[in-house]
Amino acid sequence: MKKLAVILFLSVSVFSSCTEDTDEALPTTQVTLKFAHNWNGAEVTNANFNTIQYFNENNDELSLEKLRYLISEVTLHKANGEKIILNGYNLVDVTNNQNMSYTPSPTVPVGTYTNVSFTFGFNNDDNIDGAYADLNSASWGVPAMLGGGYHYMQMEGKFINNVAAEEGYAYHAIRAVDNTDPNNLVFQDTFFTVNLGTVIIRENAEVEVKMNIAEWYKNPYTWNLNTWGSMLMQNFDAQVEMYNNGQNVFSLGSVNP
Amino acid sequence: MCRKIGHIVFVFLMLASCSKDDSTQQYVPTPMALEVPPLFEEKILAPIIPFDNPQTVEGVALGKKLFFDPILSADNTQSCASCHAPENAFTDSDRFSVGIDGLEGNRNSMPIFNMAFNYDEKFFWDGRVFSLERQAKQPVENPIEMHNTWSNAVTQLRNHEEYPELFERAFGSTMINANLVTKAIAQFERTLISGNAKFDRYLLGTATLTPEELNGFNIFMDEARGDCFHCHGSINNPLWTDNLFHNNGLDATFIDLGLGEVTGDPADNGKFKTPSLRNLAYTAPYMHDGRFNTLDEVINHYSEGLQNSSTVDPLMKKVDEGGVHLTNQDKADLKAFLLSLSDEEFINNPAFQN
Repeated sequence: MKKLAVILFLSVSVFSSCTEDTDEALPTTQVTLKFAHNWNGAEVTNANFNTIQYFNENNDELSLEKLRYLISEVTLHKANGEKIILNGYNLVDVTNNQNMSYTPSPTVPVGTYTNVSFTFGFNNDDNIDGAYADLNSASWGVPAMLGGGYHYMQMEGKFINNVAAEEGYAYHAIRAVDNTDPNNLVFQDTFFTVNLGTVIIRENAEVEVKMNIAEWYKNPYTWNLNTWGSMLMQNFDAQVEMYNNGQNVFSLGSVNP
Repeated sequence: MCRKIGHIVFVFLMLASCSKDDSTQQYVPTPMALEVPPLFEEKILAPIIPFDNPQTVEGVALGKKLFFDPILSADNTQSCASCHAPENAFTDSDRFSVGIDGLEGNRNSMPIFNMAFNYDEKFFWDGRVFSLERQAKQPVENPIEMHNTWSNAVTQLRNHEEYPELFERAFGSTMINANLVTKAIAQFERTLISGNAKFDRYLLGTATLTPEELNGFNIFMDEARGDCFHCHGSINNPLWTDNLFHNNGLDATFIDLGLGEVTGDPADNGKFKTPSLRNLAYTAPYMHDGRFNTLDEVINHYSEGLQNSSTVDPLMKKVDEGGVHLTNQDKADLKAFLLSLSDEEFINNPAFQN
C-alpha cells in the first residue's frame, strides 16, 4: 500500500513537472557543435581516407589516414560583453567517426549571440599533464620531455615525396617547445581561439563547425611535407607555423533550427 | 523534458523493485571488485565490466577452474592454460600453439592481462571478436585448437560431479550452457591485472631505475628515436598499448591480412593489434606470428628492418632506410627500460595459478 502511495505521488510529480516546464519564462537549451570536414570545399569523411588524392598548396599529393583533434571551452558571447563559458572538451576523431558532435552539459538561454568561440587544443590552465583519464586512455598525451600535457591535433597519412615514393607524414600539433636545453624548456603558446561569429541559438541548436583541412598546409605558410613531414612535435618552428596556418582552418557552417 | 524522463524512469524502477520484493528470495553470488592498481586508478578509465556479467567470487572461482581444466577440449587433453600459461604472462612460449590434433596455428598466442581495460573490446590479433565472453567461445570449437563442440563440452560439464554445483554458486542455477561457461572464464580473465612492475614502483616512488633504464625510457618517448609512445602508451597510459591496430612494417607483402581479413578493407591489410609492452621478459616470442625470438630482434626490426607497404603506419619513420638506426647503446638502454615493465608478482600471483 505504501509503495502504491509513493508511485501515485511520483506520477503526480511527473505531471506537475510538465506544467513547470511550460511555465518557464526564459527557455534554455543545450547547444550541440557538429564537426564537418572538407578539402577546399570537397567533403571529407573517413570514407575518403587511405587514398592519396589531395594536393596541398605546395602541390604535395597526400592521403589522410588519421585525423583527430581537441577542442575545449566553448564560449557564447552576448552583445553586452557577457560570456557563457561551457567548460569541457571534445576529442574529435574523424578516423573512427567518433565524437563528431559535442553537446556540453550546461544549458544556455536561447537568443542571439554575437560570437560562438572555442579553443583549439587546451589553454595552458587546462593543459595539465595526465589530468584527464579519457585522454590518457586515448594515448593523447605529450611526453614530459616536451612539456607534457596533451596533443592538440594528430593528422597522419602518406604523401608522394621528392623521389616519387610514398612516405608517411605525422602532422602533430602541440604547444611549441624549444627543448635545446632539456633542463630549461622554452614554450610558445600555440592553442588558439576559433571565433565562429554571430549565431542565433534556438532550442536544441546544432551549430556546424567546418574544418578546411587544406588550410593547415596553406596560409600563410606553404607547407612542404618533404621538409616537415614527421618528427614535428619537437620542431618549434613547425609548431609555430601550424599555429599560424590554423587561424583560417575553421568556419561556421549551418545552424539548425 | 529531462526531468519528465527522470520521473518516468524512477516510477518504472519503483514498479520493477516492487515485483522484485514480492518474489521469493533470490540467490545472489558474492560481488567481487577488481583490484585496480593505483596508477591505473589515477590515470586511465575504469575497467569495462558488462552489466550482465558482474564479477563475483563464485564466478571467478568457477572461471579459474574452467580455465585450467582440459574438460573443454574434445579429448580432454588441453585447457586454456595449455596455450596461456601463467609463467608466460598467459601466453605460449612456442611460436605457434599446437592443438589437440597436433595441428599448429599461424599466430602466436596472445598474452592475457589487463583485458578489462581494452576499452574497444576488440579481441584477438585481428580484432575479430567483440567482448571477452565471445572471445572465450572460439578456441573450444576451433579445429586447430580444442576441436570440440560446445554441445559436447556442456554435456561433459553437466555430467561432472562438481561443476553443476559450482555453476549454481556462480549463477544461481545448475543450468550449464556455453554462455555461462564463457561468462565465468571472462570473469577470471578480468582479474588478471598486471600493474606492479619495477617501472610502476619507480613512478610510485618506491623503486629506483638504473641510468640505462632511464635513458631507455627517454628513447621510448623521443619522437626522433624510439617514438614508441604513440602506440605503446606512456606514464599516463600505463597499459603500454593503445589497443588499436597498426601495420608496423613487418612485411612488404602480406601472407596474413590481419585486420584486413576481418573488415574486408584493403587499407587494413597487415594491421594487427598493438600488444602491451608489459611482461616482455616472459612473453617471447614476439609479434603476431612470433617471428622474433628475442627483444634484440624486435628492436633491430624497428631500428633498421622496416619494410614498406601501402598500409605501413605513418609513424614508422625512415622506412626507406629501414628505420631510424638507433645506436647500439640506445638499443641496449631501450631494452633495459622495456624489461623494467615486467611484473614478477603478476606471474607468481597464487590467485592466478592452477
